[in-house]
Amino acid sequence: MIRQCLIIFGCLAFGELVVWLTGITIPSSIIGMLLLTLLLQTKIIKEKWVKSVSDFLISNLGFFFVPPGVALMLYFDVIKAEFLPIVAATVASTIIVLIVTGWTHQIFKSNGDTTE
Amino acid sequence: MEILQNNIVLLALTFGVFYASRQFQKWTGWIVLNPILVTIAVLILFLQLTGISYGTYHQAGQYIDFLLKPAIVALGVPLYRNLKRIRQQLLPIFLSQLAGCIAGIVSVVAIAKLMGASSAVIISLAPKSVTTPIAMEICKATGGIPSLTAAIVVCVGLFGAVFGFKVLEVWHIRNPYSQGLSIGTASHAVGTSRAMEKSETHGAYASLGLILNGVLTSVLTPLILDLLI
Repeated sequence: MIRQCLIIFGCLAFGELVVWLTGITIPSSIIGMLLLTLLLQTKIIKEKWVKSVSDFLISNLGFFFVPPGVALMLYFDVIKAEFLPIVAATVASTIIVLIVTGWTHQIFKSNGDTTE
Repeated sequence: MEILQNNIVLLALTFGVFYASRQFQKWTGWIVLNPILVTIAVLILFLQLTGISYGTYHQAGQYIDFLLKPAIVALGVPLYRNLKRIRQQLLPIFLSQLAGCIAGIVSVVAIAKLMGASSAVIISLAPKSVTTPIAMEICKATGGIPSLTAAIVVCVGLFGAVFGFKVLEVWHIRNPYSQGLSIGTASHAVGTSRAMEKSETHGAYASLGLILNGVLTSVLTPLILDLLI
């Protein structure tokens, strides 16, 4: 348990350090995630050393953003004022992402499809 | 009614409402009743009815959202598990992620701007396709309104989960790999849970899309916003 938390928070602390040193706008958590992947891939860390804490965190990911979501009550006026652009841009863009991602993958998959 | 402002009571309430909405969703089977969305709605209603300020609630809520960052770090574990899969199809996966990511940020920013949205709202919309903790981090880093991002991201996820597969069918995207990847890229964790119901392959590719787009979006959003705003 302590070792699991050490690894997760150690990676996160590394991310915080990189952000602090470089002023980069990538979230520290993303840098920490990539570091964890690297450590696992290079076998410096074994998967079972982080498995139970990471499974716990990932399976409850959705719950953790309830409190920040509640902060929405502070922005009701902004949403009311810009309701139409928000909804139109979000819906149209989500459909665009689905189609662009799907088509690109489908095109290149069928061209170089030797593995599946 | 001062007891209602107690941190422990507010935390218990948050757990309770979430548990109840999850049970309710299981019971009805309606994807639209996403427990995250329902819990947020119920808690806002509760705070407004009791007159408790968001600041007071945040005293309790901060203990929960503290875990957001470590949870994103933990996504490194499934990413590691999927590395083999990624390497086998490096080019198609990378190109489709890159195309989907850029298309998503550029289109949402362009449409919102054309329709006259304010720059704070535009910045908050930019990371809408990726899972909320990542999106909120990007939003904070680029100067948007993180809780507005959180709400939009949940709505995007719901839209993808409910209509995503229909959109893909209409556009003749029919193989499970491309479908899963698109759903995860466009509608993150909520879409991914829908994809997992469809098949394990759909689910694995959707979680791949969710993670990779999270990384790409966090790198590209600041750059694209610089160019477009």
